[in-house]
Parts: sequence; structure tokens; C-alpha cells
Amino acid sequence: MTLALDQSAIVRSIRGRLALRRRGVTLGLALALALAFALSLYLGDYPVAPADVLRSLFSPLTGEINKGVDFIVLNVRVPRAVLAVLTGMSFALSGITFQTLLRNPLASPDIIGISHGASASAVFCIIVFGMSGLWVSFGAFAGAILTALAIYGLAWRNGVTAYRVVLIGIGMAAIMSAVMSYLFTRARLFEVQQALAWLIGSLNAANAADIYPLALALVVLIPLTIALVRTLDAMQLGDDTATALGARVEFSRLGLILAAVGYAAFATAAVGPVGFVAFVAGPIARRLLNGAGNGFLQAALVGALVMLGSDMVAQHALPSIQLPVGVVTGVFGALFLLWLLMASNRAGRVN
Amino acid sequence: MTFAEPIAGVRRQVPLLAGLIGLAVIVLAIAFLSITVGARPVTLDTVWAALTAYDPNSTDHRIIWELRLPRTVVGLLVGAALGLAGAVLQGATRNPLADPSILGIHAGAALFVVLGVAVLGISQLSLYVWLAFAGAGAAMLAVYAIASVGREGATPIKLALAGSAMTAALQSIVSAILLTSPRTLDEVRFWQVGSLAGRSMDVVVQVAPFLAIGIVLALASGRMLDGLSMGEDVARALGQNVRRSRAIAGLAAVILAGASTAAAGPIAFVGLTVPHVARAITGPNYRWILPYSMLLAPILLLGADILGRIIAPPGEVQVGIVTAFLGAPFFIALVRRRKLATL
Repeated sequence: MTLALDQSAIVRSIRGRLALRRRGVTLGLALALALAFALSLYLGDYPVAPADVLRSLFSPLTGEINKGVDFIVLNVRVPRAVLAVLTGMSFALSGITFQTLLRNPLASPDIIGISHGASASAVFCIIVFGMSGLWVSFGAFAGAILTALAIYGLAWRNGVTAYRVVLIGIGMAAIMSAVMSYLFTRARLFEVQQALAWLIGSLNAANAADIYPLALALVVLIPLTIALVRTLDAMQLGDDTATALGARVEFSRLGLILAAVGYAAFATAAVGPVGFVAFVAGPIARRLLNGAGNGFLQAALVGALVMLGSDMVAQHALPSIQLPVGVVTGVFGALFLLWLLMASNRAGRVN
Repeated sequence: MTFAEPIAGVRRQVPLLAGLIGLAVIVLAIAFLSITVGARPVTLDTVWAALTAYDPNSTDHRIIWELRLPRTVVGLLVGAALGLAGAVLQGATRNPLADPSILGIHAGAALFVVLGVAVLGISQLSLYVWLAFAGAGAAMLAVYAIASVGREGATPIKLALAGSAMTAALQSIVSAILLTSPRTLDEVRFWQVGSLAGRSMDVVVQVAPFLAIGIVLALASGRMLDGLSMGEDVARALGQNVRRSRAIAGLAAVILAGASTAAAGPIAFVGLTVPHVARAITGPNYRWILPYSMLLAPILLLGADILGRIIAPPGEVQVGIVTAFLGAPFFIALVRRRKLATL
């Protein structure tokens, strides 16, 4: 009897400690993100005092209008920062969903063919049809969805196993990369440069119009993910156990794959296939949590932070050069992950 | 250390050995085809004459000796190296997605080549070889060093994560250079695809010793990989030195992947998928998976190269593109049809 009490007390204390850690990590990330957001409104070639930034932000309510400052803050910096946060979150959620679902830390959309599908489609639009702007985004979106459908359809045999999805995804990624390489060797140099610029991904042309489709998508996708994440925890124990626990495995898996593809497709259409955010957010969040939760919320925060931070570095680190954000996410995210790997002297457990 | 093999295992060995001999015959046949097929039609008699009684005044003979033979030898060596490197990496990291490109080897090679072109103005293929080799080695050493930090040493998952992170970081730098230097982009976009064309015998001579060492190391690591595939604890309990096994396997993979990238550019997909095909035939025993991978990969690579020569005349399609177009549908079909062995 006393033993049982002891044990339940131990369980309670461990749960309490985990909850505390989860709250701490979430709060820390949220604070860092808020700081980064504020900083991104303040930094730039056109100096705006912090007080003026605040005045601009509240100008729709107060009616105080200061044309030049309002334009810089409301039409340039706010849309850019908001888009960075939303795309960072989307890439991160796409990545962590795939990684958890397929139980492989390497299975982010930039490895299992979804991003390749979007990119190949976009490069095709640029080089073969000579398109630009919104049409390319549309092409990328269609490419991501079609590739995902093809992977899912090909992997379906009385259900989908994670292993089959991963391997078929790799096959698709190879085909799509080959399409791109072929187009690159057959096109004129100028077109190749254009395509490459799109492929690296950038927020340099961010405007409010890019935000709406993505924001709408997130309004649908985030509740869907929240609803299905509980089954995902059960699925970690294997399909049979999850079914025994009452999870509708196949249904949930399809829903989650759809959500993960949606995140990747909308974000890629908005800013191009910015590399590595999807791959890195989940592992970083889980390493910070150290076992205290599945890390979806924290991964979304990490993704937003990586994207926003990288974009600030890309804009302001080198005077006179505006790097595309994709160049920085690669270096920045990679260094951070490497540092984490070295800093944690535990086994590199991600899943 | 010997594993008690079940009786059924012995009975399986005979067909597996026969299959291996069959594959070797196919490799020879496809190598011969690779010498005979090309933009310029050369009769079989001429091929035979060129190989047995070389006449330096005959254009046909010179095409065979100076173009097609080196190309075929590079294809054979690089194919064997890629297949083995993939199989060894997958076995040592127990990750089905492991291949040279995951461990940062391709990205390291690409970075050094791009830097060489952009900064030093190099544009000779024979110099690319050394740049690529140095880059591959440096990247792999860095990845291994990062993954080894900490109590557990270089666990498979840490290796794969460190490799992916390294790849992303290096690729970003490559992208930045290519964006700012159109000349480099123009040079490198053809190398980046991976190709067997235009390699002279010098290239073969330069990389052959490395490939030979790598192949021997890789083939010798079959038993260790079998141990590792049962999990580290079991391997340790069986008296294996896990750290040493992984170091040997890693070294073999670096040498093979580095040398093959140097010789033919970063050819993706072959090293990743061939071991899965081999595993589907042989089952989970690495002492069979390794030689099967070593013979299956050159068949894929040379077959793709031959197809690339005739598919879009008058030009050629680079082998890296064809392997994906040819290999990926086959691979997908295989994944669909069979219950692949999970790692």
C-alpha cells in the first residue's frame, strides 16, 4: 500500500518537473520570438525610433499619421516579419509532423521529395514557360501537392507504412532533382540564375498579399494538427498498439500527412523552398525539452525564430549586400544543430 | 567470433553465389557494350582489333582507347564504389536514408570545387579531382568529429544529423557563391550533375589506388556490419569492438565516396538505393549485401551512361540524370512489390 503511494508520488513529481520544463522552454522561446520581432521592426537602413515604431503600429487606432514612417513600418517591415514568422512555423510543423510520423529524424519535406516536387515544378515554370512572380508560386504549390499525392498513392498497399513512404519519397526526390538538373544543363545561364534565386528562397519581395493564403491555410491546418497529434503519441508505440488503444491509425495518418504537405506547400509557395528550417526545428525543440512533451508547439516557435533571425542576419549582417534568407537558414540552423549535438553529451535521440 | 548459422542459411548460399556469378557476367557484358556503343558507330570487329592490336593511326581505335575505355573503367570503379559506400553507411548507421550525400561528403566536395573555380579560377577537370577529394575528406572528418563529441561517441543518429546539418551549411555557402558568380555557375552546373564523359586515363590512375583500398576495407567489414545490425549491445556482448568497427566502416565509406565524387562528380541515388535492391535479393546478411551492391551498382551506372549517350542525339544526357530517371521508377516499383527488410 505504502509502496503504491510512493510510486504515485514519484510519478507525480516527475510529471510536475516535466510540465515545469515544458512551460519554461515554451515561455523562453516565446519571449525570444517577441524580442526578435520587435528588433526586426526597428532594424533597417531607414532609422525609425522605437517610439515611432509603436506609434505607427497603433496609428490605425489613434489616427496619428506619419506617411514616411508608416510606410516603412506597416508596408515593409511588418509584412516581412509576419511572413517570416508564419513560414518558419509552417516549415517547422511540416518537418516535425513528417519526422514524428515516419519515425526518422531525416524525414523532413526537404529530404523526402515534397520540396523537390515544388522546386522542380517552379523551375519548369521559370525555364520552360518563362513565368515569374505569382505564377511560379502557384506552380510550386501544385508541384508539392502532386508529388505528395504520388508518393502516398505509390506507397499505398493495404495501408501505408512509414518505411515505404520514406523510400518512395527518396525515389521521387531523385526524379525531381534529375528534372531540375536536366533543365539546368539545357537552359541559358540567365534563366538558370533566375531559377537558382527562387530555389534558395527569399523574403526580399515579401508583401501583405503573400500573407493571406498562408494565414488562411494555417487557420485550417493548425486545429487539424492539434486534433490529430494525440493519436500520433499513440502511434509512436507502433500501429498495432495504437489500434488497440483506440486510435484510428490510417485515418489519422492520412490527415497528418495532408496537414504536413499543406504546411510545406503553402510556405514554399510564399517564399520558395527555404532549406533546413523544416529539418532543424523538431530536433532543436526536442533537445531543449529533453523528453518533456512531443515538441510541436515548441518546434513551431523554433522555426519562426530561425526564420526571423536568419532574415535579419541576411538583411543587415553584410552592408550593401542583401543575402537571400535561404543562404542564412542553412548556415545558421546548421551551426545551431551542430552546437546542440556537441553540447548535449547524451545519446543523440531525436525520436 | 562466429555466428551459429542455421542449416537453411547454408542452403541459401548456393543460389546466392550463383546469382553473384551471374551478376559478374552481366557487368562484363555491359562493360563491353559501353565500349561499343556511342555517337560514332564502330563495328565489333574493330572493337576487338582495337583491344588486341592497337593501331594509333586509326580514328576508331583512338576513340575506343582514349574515350570509351577510360569512361567504362571510371563507370565500373565509381559504380562499385558508390554501391559499396551506400551499403556500408547504411549498415554502420542503421539508417535506410544513409548515403554519401547525407554525410556531407558530396557537399564538401562541391564546396571545394566551387571555391576552386570561383577563387582560384581553376577549370581543368583533372584538378577538380583533387579539390573534390580534399573537400569530401574534410567534410567527413568534420562530421565525424562533431558526432563523436559526447559520452556515446559517434552514434548513427548523431552521424546522420551532423551530416545533414553540415550538408545544409555547406550547400548554403555554395548557393551564395553561385548566386554572386555567374561564371562559376556556368562551369559548375555541368559538374554538379555527375558524368562519366571526358575523363582520361589519368583520372582513373589517380583515383584507382584509393578506390582499391576502399573496396577492400568495405568488403572486409561485412561481418562487423552484421554484428552492428543486431544493435550495439548485442554486438558488444558478442565481443565486438563497436567503436573500431564503426571507424573502419566510416573510413571505407569516406575513401569510396570521396574518390568516386572526385572522379565523376556528385552522383546521387546510386549509393542510396542499390543496397536496398541488394537487400531485397539477399536478405539481411551484409556478407552478401556488400558484394551484391558492388556488382549491381556498376550495372545501373554503366547502363544509365549508355542510355544517356543514345537517348538524345546529337547531345548526351549526363549519367546522374539518367540514373535517377531510370533507377527511381524501378526502385519505387521494388519498394511497392516487396516487403523490404527494415534496418
